[in-house]
Amino acid sequence: MKKFAVVAAMATAFLGSTSAYAVDLEVTHWWTSAGEAAAIAEFAELFEEQTGNNWVDSALAGSGTGANPVIISRIIGGDPMGATQMNTGRDAEELIQAGLMRDLTPIVEEMGGLDFYVDQSLLEPCMYEGGIYCLPINIHSWDWLWVSTAAYEEIGQPVPTNWDEYVASWPALQEAGILPFGLATGWPFSGVPGVLMSGLGGSDLVLAINRDKSAEAVRGPEFRKVAEALDNLRSVISPEMMVPSFGDVGNQILAGEVAGNIHGDWLAGDLQVAGGVAGEDYECLPALGLGDQLTGGGDSFYFPVLPEGTDPAVIQAQADLAKILISPEGQLNFNLVKGSMPIRTDIDLSAANPCMQKAIGMLENGLLPSGDFALSSDTQQQLQDLNTEFLDDDSITVDDYVERYASIIESAD
Amino acid sequence: MADTAVDTGRGAGNTGRRGFLRKTFLHNVPAKIAALPMMATVLVVFIGCTIWTVYYSFTNSRLLPSGDFIGFEQYERLFGTSRWNVSVWNLVTYGAMSLVFTLGFGFLLAVLMDQKIRFESAFRTIMLYPFALSFIVTGLVWQWIMNPTLGLQGTMRNLGWESFTFDWIANPRMVLFALLIAGLWQGVGFCMVLMLAGLRGVDEEIWKAARVDGIPTWRTYISVVIPMMRGVLVTAVVLIGSGIVRLYDLVVALTNGGPGISSEVPAKYVYNYMFGAGNIGQGLAAATMMLLTVLIIMVPWAYLEFGGKGRRS
Repeated sequence: MKKFAVVAAMATAFLGSTSAYAVDLEVTHWWTSAGEAAAIAEFAELFEEQTGNNWVDSALAGSGTGANPVIISRIIGGDPMGATQMNTGRDAEELIQAGLMRDLTPIVEEMGGLDFYVDQSLLEPCMYEGGIYCLPINIHSWDWLWVSTAAYEEIGQPVPTNWDEYVASWPALQEAGILPFGLATGWPFSGVPGVLMSGLGGSDLVLAINRDKSAEAVRGPEFRKVAEALDNLRSVISPEMMVPSFGDVGNQILAGEVAGNIHGDWLAGDLQVAGGVAGEDYECLPALGLGDQLTGGGDSFYFPVLPEGTDPAVIQAQADLAKILISPEGQLNFNLVKGSMPIRTDIDLSAANPCMQKAIGMLENGLLPSGDFALSSDTQQQLQDLNTEFLDDDSITVDDYVERYASIIESAD
Repeated sequence: MADTAVDTGRGAGNTGRRGFLRKTFLHNVPAKIAALPMMATVLVVFIGCTIWTVYYSFTNSRLLPSGDFIGFEQYERLFGTSRWNVSVWNLVTYGAMSLVFTLGFGFLLAVLMDQKIRFESAFRTIMLYPFALSFIVTGLVWQWIMNPTLGLQGTMRNLGWESFTFDWIANPRMVLFALLIAGLWQGVGFCMVLMLAGLRGVDEEIWKAARVDGIPTWRTYISVVIPMMRGVLVTAVVLIGSGIVRLYDLVVALTNGGPGISSEVPAKYVYNYMFGAGNIGQGLAAATMMLLTVLIIMVPWAYLEFGGKGRRS
């Protein structure tokens, strides 16, 4: 009897203190490069400090092509994680519609709304039938041209300030044995056409193609300029010079082996980790130095509906994490390391590097919908296939490319 | 399996009775009970999932399966996609070369191994060793070896042979041969072991008879030994063939479909569209086409092999 009493007392003690003992919250994400891993660690630290729970880090390699399928099949297969990162956009829309994601409305109400988001359009993919199912945590943009100071010092030319000057410098670079454009194998190329589209084609073209899905716009003269620029670009890219990951391109830029690269702003995190200083070792040109608007996407956090019988403390931990992710402190710590723009600008960003300062200035002009944001993953995959094929196969002419691009946009949903 | 012994008696008692049903269900009951789990697996997993696959390939399922029929639309799109067409062509080319070379090299090595050489088991182990590695490991190893800047080409150039070129992995026209090298390196040893077992199964008396008749060795192999090894050959072809159709991991590890789309294969298309692009309908249509290809090859062969009773001697 005495034993029983002790056990009972212990049991009540445990039950009564659900919030006092630590639970594990598994978080999946695909931030595996040096800069990215350092950024997500900031969230983990805040979460563990403020809630006392354990952040179980499940980093998945392979980004949108490798990690996304794993995350989705785990959720569909009934083995959901506590929280997951995914791209802001339509990748998860069917999961939301199927009721597999937790409705965050009560948490948002508790925080007093989401008016602090710098661009409300970011929240559109998260909304479904009046509920809110994800929280964008940063704004990423592909629209950056990174140029190497060292490479231009070597050929004795001023560092270009826009795309046209950059293209004009290619012959001199090649003569000096410097690669004009660095590229990693796989997905990094898939973002390049979109950047050329917003930089060379302008905001109207992006809206017409990505938002309105107008095949006419693809066949028009503005898009042709984009296709021609891409054609020009592939002439200086060859498979032998490709490196395994985009972080390696960052190192090549710092070393001056490569003169330039179009890549998203997350490259800044890697350049920072590798010891590069913006404005000294490399220059960053948002919207190719031509436009004044950025296409915005980014990452969001989703909180899958957990199976019945889950410890309420875990569900509480989900809510706590949601609040931390978009809190001023979390936003500041994370984005300064990640190199992305925060979703709120009511925080002190003076510590941000010059590249991010430029981007924050452009946020006031509104964000353009990126491909990630506006096109279904099916359409994105088709466009990626086309771009990969075009890059490598010179027998596909600019006309073919435009025509095939148009037919994909025609059938896009 | 506890009731096996009991059933043996009952099964034996029924063998005298006639009637098709009884014969089918009651003959050798223990064996049938033992086969039940496998039969259930075949019915549910293989046949059930195949029907499911074919069924949903006619729907517009995206991330989650849906029941909206759209006829052959997924197939129309499939064959209008250059990536799929390139994938199919790659598989045909790779498959033909892989089948011929694996069988050829495998047989040749087995014959050499069969010459009563010294340290045979050591050689056999060395040859079979690559088979113990997964395709992912094989792919990565060969990716490093064939990488133009880091691998063989880079090493030779650093050693002073400036014009040495081995860039198959980065060359769209040669990349299939790069895949073939890695595939053969992995698969030939296994084929060799199978063939060696077949060769060992040939009676020594036959060799003696051939020698007495003065038939040259090569002729004995081609006209006598190979026809006698029919069973082993069929097994080898089926194993190699199934390895070819599901070719996926080697490509992912070695080239990831590149350069461009020049080494894409159908299985990778299926995976990308089902999981990456969240388009189950399209992925399943591609999977169904893979199944159809296998059936077109397998059905006539199975008919010849197992059909027409008593045709096999």
